[in-house]
Amino acid sequence: MAKAWVFGDGISTDLLAPGNKLKLNPDELSRHCLTAIKPDFPNHVAPGDIIFAGSNFGQGSSREQAAVSLKLLGVGAVFAQSFARIFYRNALNLGLPIFDFAHRNEISEGDDVTLDLECGKLSNTTTAQSYEIQPLPAELMEIVKAGGLINYLEMQFHKGE
Amino acid sequence: MIPPATMAEKLIARAAGLTSVAPGQIVTANVDLAFAHDSSGPRRWAPQLEKLGVGLWDPAKVAIITDHYVPATDADSAAILKTTRDFARDHGINHFFDMIGICHLVLPEKGLMRPGAFVAGGDSHSPTGGAFGAYVAGYGATDMVGIVATGKTWIRVPQSIRIELNGALPRGVVAKDVMLMLCREIGLDNAFCAFEFGGSAVDQMSMQERMVLSNMTAELGGETGLIAPDDTTFRFLRDRGKPVDDEAESRAFAPDSDARYLQRKRFDMAAMVPQVAAPHSPDNTDNVGSFSSVRVDQAYVGACVGAKLSDLHMVAQVLNGRKVASHVRLLVAPASQEVMAKASGDGTIQTLVDAGAKIMPTGCGACAGMGAGILSDGDVCISSTNRNFQGRMGHSGASVYLGSPYTTAASAVAGRIADPREMMEAI
Repeated sequence: MAKAWVFGDGISTDLLAPGNKLKLNPDELSRHCLTAIKPDFPNHVAPGDIIFAGSNFGQGSSREQAAVSLKLLGVGAVFAQSFARIFYRNALNLGLPIFDFAHRNEISEGDDVTLDLECGKLSNTTTAQSYEIQPLPAELMEIVKAGGLINYLEMQFHKGE
Repeated sequence: MIPPATMAEKLIARAAGLTSVAPGQIVTANVDLAFAHDSSGPRRWAPQLEKLGVGLWDPAKVAIITDHYVPATDADSAAILKTTRDFARDHGINHFFDMIGICHLVLPEKGLMRPGAFVAGGDSHSPTGGAFGAYVAGYGATDMVGIVATGKTWIRVPQSIRIELNGALPRGVVAKDVMLMLCREIGLDNAFCAFEFGGSAVDQMSMQERMVLSNMTAELGGETGLIAPDDTTFRFLRDRGKPVDDEAESRAFAPDSDARYLQRKRFDMAAMVPQVAAPHSPDNTDNVGSFSSVRVDQAYVGACVGAKLSDLHMVAQVLNGRKVASHVRLLVAPASQEVMAKASGDGTIQTLVDAGAKIMPTGCGACAGMGAGILSDGDVCISSTNRNFQGRMGHSGASVYLGSPYTTAASAVAGRIADPREMMEAI
């Protein structure tokens, strides 16, 4: 069972991966992820936990460390009303599952949630609600299925070998 | 028959080798130029390229610029810069620009932003190049690895939003004010949309001012910010010794009059007043007069959007014969060495220094929280930069207000956020 973490609109890459910490190695950097608004987040987030956010999640810089930090902390998926474009691409490229989701207001911090990627279903055990997940376009799903862009390219480059 | 198309659709169709494309379609674009800086580029690319066992698809189409960690301030930043330099040398990259300015300004200065091109940049403010009628968008590091390894990337053809700016901008109001106003009016949540700017006010703008519109398309959340190439574009490139071969072909990337837009918005520039965005978001914008009680500790003139030659001229115009308030530190980081040279040659730097400004090294500086001049807890800063997200320019307890170079300079003098028009009586 995973736990829900709830955030507002416009969560920026400066909150996800602060610029003045970008020289740190990825693990150290992830300890600063979202701490400006939720100081305990890196200490208490558990593998598989899911983030629910409002509009324009990941806005700002192109820095991929924003998505890397969430992955290193074990975040299982991000559900947001909408995503900033570069963050969206970065997440797919790294194999971090992200989904457009219009029902954040029905989720409370700490709710028990279960994500079933195979069936395309998100369940909130606390509220006994379940939601269908919008699938990704087939072209992009191939990248995610491969485990990210580098793995996908590796398969492409070495296809003929 | 080819359907009517927006600029974005024409440029993407060209890059994909198709006669036409439609919004929502996912196509593969061939990249004409890929660029990145010291933070997003080689230090991230090298291990991934090694894993893939491949090199660059075409070193002649790759540009590397050092601008984020320059000059090195500690062993870590020095190592990042060394990695960048070694990579450029080892991969035979001729378009390597080391410590001569911010990527989004250096590439136009070198005549490398070409009308009609499809350009991928490893930085979120890449849309800046859209001012030249090129499709320029920002990408993260892994995306860029794919791009420099293959010369291609996927793109979902965006819906387009057309912004028409008509009428003459009043005294003391510039492109930066327009973009802060648009952040409020249109919002920042426009991912996967392309912006197009046109109208009589855009026609009248210099390339430097047009670049502000395209640059802050990043704040609007847009993929790119396009302006149709015209005589102003061609003159800029001619002056750089890199004229456009076929101007008619470049002009043909202008949108068709019956192109389809997600939104079409018109704004009257004559009614504009200087704008300021309050912490912690560029859309938290109001007229400058609403902030006159905000006392500032630092005024920062810098970044790709706010430290070009025209920006420094605005600052000098306000500072001429005045002094920065005693409790304010005014930091100025010219956006490129060329800007520095020209501003030194024409007396601008002298005016700034006489007023009490501190001249900083060329580069991204404090804007991205990596260079010199970052803020402490409780500091209040007025800045000519483009973003004021919490924690961006240093401590998460600092407050950053965004304004034009005029407003930033006037606020430095007044010691609080000030309307620059009050200090422009002589013009």
